[in-house]
Amino acid sequence: MAFYSKNPRNIINNLKSKVGLWSLMKQSHGTCSYSSCLNTIHLHRFLPLTTLPQFTNPDSISHKKGHFPHFQRFQSTTTEKQIDSVPNGEQSQVLDFPGGKVVFSPEMRFLSESPSVYSQCYRVLDDNGQLISHSNFVPVSEEVAVKMYSNMVTLQTLDTIFYEAQRQGRISFYVISIGEEAINIASAAALTSDDIVFPQYREPGVLLWRGFTLQEFANQCFGNKADYGKGRQMPIHYGSNKLNYFTVASTIATQIPHAVGAAYSLKIDKKDACAVTYFGDGGTSEGDFHAAMNFVAVTESPVIFICRNNGWAISTPTSDQFRSDGIAVRGQAYGVQSIRVDGNDALAMYSAVHSARHMAVNEHRPILIEAVTYRVGHHSTSDDSTKYRPANEIEWWRMARDPVTRFRKWIEINGWWGSEAESQLRSSIRSQLLHAIQIAERAEKPPVNDLFTDVYDNIPSNLREQEKLLKETINRHTKDYPADVPI
Amino acid sequence: MLGIVRQKMLEQSLKKIPPAVSVLRSYSSAAKQMTIRDALNSALDEEMSADSKVFLMGEEVGEYQGAYKITKGLLDKYGPERVLDTPITEAGFTGVAVGAAYYGVKPVVEFMTFNFSMQAIDHIINSAAKTNYMSSGQISVPIVFRGPNGAAAGVGAQHSQCYAAWYASCPGLKVLAPYSSEDARGLLKAAIRDPDPVVFLENELLYGESFPVSDEVLDSSFCLPIGKAKIERKGKDVTIAAYSKMVGYALKAAETLEKDGIDAEVINLRSIRPLDRSMINASVRKTSRLVTVEEAFPQHGVGAEICVSIVEESFAYLDAPVERIAGADVPMPYAANLERMAVPQVEDIVRAAKRTCYRSVS
Repeated sequence: MAFYSKNPRNIINNLKSKVGLWSLMKQSHGTCSYSSCLNTIHLHRFLPLTTLPQFTNPDSISHKKGHFPHFQRFQSTTTEKQIDSVPNGEQSQVLDFPGGKVVFSPEMRFLSESPSVYSQCYRVLDDNGQLISHSNFVPVSEEVAVKMYSNMVTLQTLDTIFYEAQRQGRISFYVISIGEEAINIASAAALTSDDIVFPQYREPGVLLWRGFTLQEFANQCFGNKADYGKGRQMPIHYGSNKLNYFTVASTIATQIPHAVGAAYSLKIDKKDACAVTYFGDGGTSEGDFHAAMNFVAVTESPVIFICRNNGWAISTPTSDQFRSDGIAVRGQAYGVQSIRVDGNDALAMYSAVHSARHMAVNEHRPILIEAVTYRVGHHSTSDDSTKYRPANEIEWWRMARDPVTRFRKWIEINGWWGSEAESQLRSSIRSQLLHAIQIAERAEKPPVNDLFTDVYDNIPSNLREQEKLLKETINRHTKDYPADVPI
Repeated sequence: MLGIVRQKMLEQSLKKIPPAVSVLRSYSSAAKQMTIRDALNSALDEEMSADSKVFLMGEEVGEYQGAYKITKGLLDKYGPERVLDTPITEAGFTGVAVGAAYYGVKPVVEFMTFNFSMQAIDHIINSAAKTNYMSSGQISVPIVFRGPNGAAAGVGAQHSQCYAAWYASCPGLKVLAPYSSEDARGLLKAAIRDPDPVVFLENELLYGESFPVSDEVLDSSFCLPIGKAKIERKGKDVTIAAYSKMVGYALKAAETLEKDGIDAEVINLRSIRPLDRSMINASVRKTSRLVTVEEAFPQHGVGAEICVSIVEESFAYLDAPVERIAGADVPMPYAANLERMAVPQVEDIVRAAKRTCYRSVS
């Protein structure tokens, strides 16, 4: 099989003289991510013969699949034509392995474990909210931009207030998404309501965007009678059928293959929609991530994988989590197009997800998006991250790299926002939230029979018996049971 | 051979019953025979034909016609979108299937053996079994996990474990274990139609066995209720409760016992969760003695659960301690002589039944 040297520059120079690769690289344009373009250099096994203009056969069908030769089982005829055009100096030995034609080389070269430069990151707004020149992005209307910003502020406020509520002992647990507001809201804004969302647990902003009310968030956290989850789950385990947001589960990365299954079914049903799944850097270590990525490529299902690479999995930094150059580079290993995006740049996130959705739905292909960001908060209210990372690092990211402020600057530059609107928004959200919490706290808890329903579609006789026994016991020993739980 | 046993019993029961009463419904006079393999294949075929949401997934289920040929012909008939050959990842394809079930289609997932389901058990328990409850009814999971379970012949420790007790301990799952072709057809159809996740435990050695099937069983609307056991053989002296292959062994044991004047009642559990406690208890209240039989490891097993059910509800009716026959408490050895000693044999069941009747077993 083909090998190549640790120093990719040698390869570039070698190829440059022979096949004019550099000129191609300069010509290649935007649908190919920066990281995948860089990685073209490493494609020794699948020499990008079909992508080189001077060797392109007009009958070639590879273009529709993007810049990489897409090896399907019966494509050997196309590749054969290309091989004829290979200059004699390179090599003449090609073997037909199952899966494609492979070029031999007498030089033993190992694939490098990492690129010499990290894969590039797509960003459109600089740290001061100014548009970077020559950037290409999907334009956003004033209405959508202002809605995005308001939602980001709402999410930030929601998190702050609920966190405080947990600290006051009013709810048992909470997880904040501070620092990741752009990922949450911008990605949600780029999707349609028909797209099915499979979240991890740090994406309440997607629900918020779709219309989950502050009261509904509060009800779930307080586990009261109005909670759609009937008080069965810990706080932040939201779910809503009507908003196409599958209930949060505590298990890590299990939602990733679920998304693939749903997307496969969407494709069979010919729906104009895709599945979207979120997970963190830590989640990519799970077997489920690997299996799902492999599966999605083989089944050609429309899934957008959004990895929030926020640097930390509880106390495990990414250097202890994996040794690859982040997540986007892994896409290629599975045959999935990928891109690395500045997760704190709402405009870049929006553009990337928007384009990804288009590709996923229209071309039935999966896309992997690595959103690079920082987890400003602790992992959850059960964590104190100052124990394993410096407090000044946290502060710096909270202030200097705040995605909300950055986007605010951009909309202010456009004349779509001002300080009055800002203070009005913040005070309004705050009072709405406090009100929602008050109502949720005072509401009745779910009744005892909610303990026994939904285990199965129909309640079985043994559970009916147990329910009866429980009610009798409660009635007999009322003082032993909480007074605020209706029977 | 079992077919012959059946016929003999049929003749005997026919002689006992006065001509006015019709034949035992379980074995009608229609002599059609069907293997378990064909029973499962026809059930899958009919359910896929009746409901376009039903689709199959698993390793080798398509082009290879199924590792045990259970899904033979289905790829040709329904196409690659509905019969999906998967990469080798139990965790992967189970997770993908559960996601498809969340969406609203009805996957039937095949494990090459349930031993391999352990690589997917998180998705079976945490993603399938618990989801309807955790989502409070918003997400139902109409999925079936099927495949061979328990010991085969000479396949060693990692291919021989029985998972009935493991899955049956989890609320939210239904667990079925067919014995005859009638069971296989009726229970698989019921499982596919059921909106809850169902674990369907087959047996590799039974795939080639033939059983008589009536016209009713062959009808495409045929379905058996989940949660109901079946009395395979009526008796009055001792109850023998078993599932899957052990039902056949229990019936043979009953024949041997009859020669010694012990009239055994054999119950085919059919459903491990929900367990048909009322039928088992009713039987024990009649016979006062119980032997449970399973191929699985003894600790925390199905037999233990049945025993507790009797102790809780019918203790006063017992005339002897409950006898539990199970596989040896060792990983399954490979050598044929050792394997034979690690699983229950008919003689073990006979001796257990005799012990409950305070008869000498020598």
